Amino acid sequence: MAAKAFDEMNSGMDGSVRLPYRGVADWLASTSPEHVAATRHEVDQFYRRHGITFGAYGATDGHETTIPFDIIPRVIAWDEWDYLQKGLVQRVRTLNAFLADAYGKREICRAGIIPEEQVLMNAEFVAMAQGLDLPGGVHAHIAGIDLVRVGEKDFYVLEDNVRTPSGVSYVLENREVMMRLAPELFAAMRVLPVANYTDELLATLRSVSYSDDAEPNVVLLTPGHYNSAYFEHAYLADEMGIELVKGSDLFVDEGRVYMRTPRGPQRVDVIYRRVDDAFLDPLAMRPDSYLGVAGLLGALRAGRVNIVNALGNGVADDKSTYTYVPEMVRFYLGEEPILQNVPTWCCDRSDDYKYVLEHLSELVVKEVHGSGGKGMLVGPTSSKAEIEEFSGLLKARPDNYIAQPTLALSTCPTFVSQGVAPRHVDLRPFVLSGRKITIVPGGLTRVALKEGSLVVNSSQGGGTKDTWVLAPDAPSAGSQTASQSGDE
Amino acid sequence: MLSSTAKNLYWMGRYLQRAKSTARLIEATQRAALQSRGEEAAGVAAIFGMEDEFRQSQRQSGRLASLIDFLVLDENNPSSIVNSIGAARRNAREERNNITVDVWESLNGLWLELSGRLRGNRKTLDRGALIESVKKQAVMIFGAAQVTLLRDEANNFLQLGAFLERADNTGRILDVKFHLLRPDGDPNAEGLDYFAWSELLACVGAVRTYRRIYRSSLHPMKVAELMMLRRDVPRSVHHCLWMVDLNMRELAETYGTRGEADRLAGELHARLRYVRIDQVFDIGLAKFLGTLRSDIGTLSDEIGRQFLLD
Repeated sequence: MAAKAFDEMNSGMDGSVRLPYRGVADWLASTSPEHVAATRHEVDQFYRRHGITFGAYGATDGHETTIPFDIIPRVIAWDEWDYLQKGLVQRVRTLNAFLADAYGKREICRAGIIPEEQVLMNAEFVAMAQGLDLPGGVHAHIAGIDLVRVGEKDFYVLEDNVRTPSGVSYVLENREVMMRLAPELFAAMRVLPVANYTDELLATLRSVSYSDDAEPNVVLLTPGHYNSAYFEHAYLADEMGIELVKGSDLFVDEGRVYMRTPRGPQRVDVIYRRVDDAFLDPLAMRPDSYLGVAGLLGALRAGRVNIVNALGNGVADDKSTYTYVPEMVRFYLGEEPILQNVPTWCCDRSDDYKYVLEHLSELVVKEVHGSGGKGMLVGPTSSKAEIEEFSGLLKARPDNYIAQPTLALSTCPTFVSQGVAPRHVDLRPFVLSGRKITIVPGGLTRVALKEGSLVVNSSQGGGTKDTWVLAPDAPSAGSQTASQSGDE
Repeated sequence: MLSSTAKNLYWMGRYLQRAKSTARLIEATQRAALQSRGEEAAGVAAIFGMEDEFRQSQRQSGRLASLIDFLVLDENNPSSIVNSIGAARRNAREERNNITVDVWESLNGLWLELSGRLRGNRKTLDRGALIESVKKQAVMIFGAAQVTLLRDEANNFLQLGAFLERADNTGRILDVKFHLLRPDGDPNAEGLDYFAWSELLACVGAVRTYRRIYRSSLHPMKVAELMMLRRDVPRSVHHCLWMVDLNMRELAETYGTRGEADRLAGELHARLRYVRIDQVFDIGLAKFLGTLRSDIGTLSDEIGRQFLLD
C-alpha cells in the first residue's frame, strides 16, 4: 500500500488543521451527529425531488439513482487556486494549439517532437476534420482537466478530457445544496461563487459562431433521456435558455442546419453536442446512427454551423498523447509547464513494457482509450489472480495500455457509516475557451467512498463534494498552516 | 419551442384523454350489462373500430370480461388503457422541463400505480379498482395542467390533443350506440329502452346533466343534441371543437401565421355551433357523424403538417 496520504484538512504542521479548513473543522466539531444525520437526509430528499439523477440506463420503472453527495466541502485556498488556474489556462491553450496543428500542418510532427503516426494512426483521428478554420481557432471549448494532489505543493494532471466532459451540473447543484445547509459557515468563509458558469458557457458558445448575428442560435444536442448524463443536458439547456434537441429535431438544407419548430424551420448557428463523434452524422460517420444529423459535417465544412467541442478531439486526450503534453507546452508556448504530468510508461515502447510487466503489483495500468474507471488495474489493491489475468490482457495488446505509479491521492474528511473518515479525492475543473478563456473557481471534487479505494468514478461507487475556493481576502485565505495558534 | 416538444404534448393530451374515455366507457357498459342483457361486447368493440381485432384475438369468446381485458390490459392493443397511459408518460418524460412538477408527478404516480397492480396475479387483479383509478387520476392530471401550466404554446398543444381526442371519442360513442339502439336512425320511433339510453349518457358522464338541462324523460333526439351540440356540456362534440378552435386561434396569434388547419378548425366549430338537431336528423345522424369524424381525422393530419409534428 502507498505511503500515508496527504489529508486536505489534517495534514497541517504537526498534524494540526490546515488554515483553509479551520472553519469547516470548527463547524464539524460543533455540530451534533443527529443534526448531521438529519441534514444528510434533507440532502437526499432535495436531490430526488429535483430529479438530479444519474445512470438511467434501462431504468424503465421510474426509479433512478442519485450520485452520493458528501456534505463536508473540499476547500481550496486562494493562492492554491491561483496557481492551479494559471496551470490550467496554460494546459488548455496548449491542447487547443495542438489540436489546430494536428488537423492542420502538423508542425509538431515535422519538428520531430511527436511521431506523425501518433496522430494519424490514432483511433480518434477524424480525417474529415482536417483543414478547417474554426472560429477563434478553438477546438476544445469545454475542457475538464482531472487533477490530483499528493502533497502540500504537489498537484498532478491525471487526465485531460476534451471530448464531451460531464459533471458540471453537480458543481452547480452541490453549491445550491450547501448554501441551504450551512449558510452561516458559508458566509463566514467567503467562498467564491460558481453560479455564473452557465452564463459564461453561453457566452463562450455564442463567441464561436460563424455568423455575425448578435444573438446566434445555440442548441444543445443530446442522445436522449436514456443517456446517463441526460439530467445534465436538460439542466444546462434550461439554465442557458436554449433548446435541448435530439438529432431528429435538426435537419440540413442547402448546407445550413435548421431545427423544426411549429413556427417553421429556425436556423442553428452553434451546436453544443453531447453526442460522440461517431454518431454525429450518419452520412459521414457511422451509418447506423440515429442520434445525429445527416449532412451535419458538410454544413460544418462549409462554415455554416460550428460544433462544440470540435470533432476528433480524442487525439489530444488519450492516455498515450498525454505523455507528450509537457513537450507541447514548450513547443507551442515556449513556456515551462506549470502543472506536472504523472510519470507514465507507454507499453508500446519496449523498455517501458518490460518495466511494467515486472512491476504490475505496484502500478496503475489503464487502457489508452479507456474511461469511467473501467478496464484498469490498481496493482497494490489487486489479488495475485487479478494481476495474473491482467498481465494476459497486457501481453496480448501492449500498445493498448499505459501505466503509472500508484499515487497516494490526497484525502478529505468524508461522512461514512462509521462517522467521519478520510477518503481519497480528485478534482475536475472546467475550462471554457472561446474568444477568451474562463474558469469558474473550483470544479467537481469526486470522492472514492470505499475505504482505501483510489477509483473516484461515479460509475464505480464514487461520490461528489462541493468545492470551495476561498476569496483572496477571506479570513483564512492562505494555504499555510497558522503557526501554533492555540484554541480559538 | 421545438416541433418535437409540441408533438409530445399533443400526444400526451390525446393518450391521456383516450385512457380516460375508455375507462368511462367500460364502466358504463359494465353497469348496463349487469342491469339488462347479454351481448354488449361487440358494440363496445365497434366503438373502438376494433371488432375484427377483438374477434380474432385468441382468448375471444364474445364475452364482456375478455373484451374488458382487451381494452384495459392487452399489450398488443395500442389503445388499451395501460398502453395509453404508458405512451402519455413517455411523452411527458421527454418534456419534463416543459411541464410542471405537479403534472409530471401526478402522471408518473398513476403509471407507477398501474405498473404495481400489473405486477400482481392477473387472476386476482381488481379491474374495477384499476378503471376507477384511471378515471379519477386522469381528471387530477388535467386539473394539475389547468392550474399550474404556463399559458403558452406548449399548453395549447396539450389542450389541442386532449380536446380533439375527446371530440372524436364522444362522436364515436354516439354514432355506434345510437345505431345499435335505432338501426333505422329514426329518433321518434315508438318504444324506448330506458337502461340502454341512460347507459349511453353515462358513457360521457352526463346522466344528471341531462336531467338538469331538459327536466324531462329520455328522448333519443335530446340525447343526441346533448352529446353533440350543447356548448355548455364539457364532453359534447361542440364544446370540444370550440376549445380546439380557441387553441388554434391562440397559436395563430403567437406565430402570426394561419393555414389549412386553422380554416378547418374554424369550419368544424361553426358547423357544430350553428346546426340544429332536427337538421342533423334530416341529413341522417350516421351520415353527419361519419363526415364529422372523418373531418376531425383530417384536422389532426393538418395540424401535424402545419406545425411540422411529423
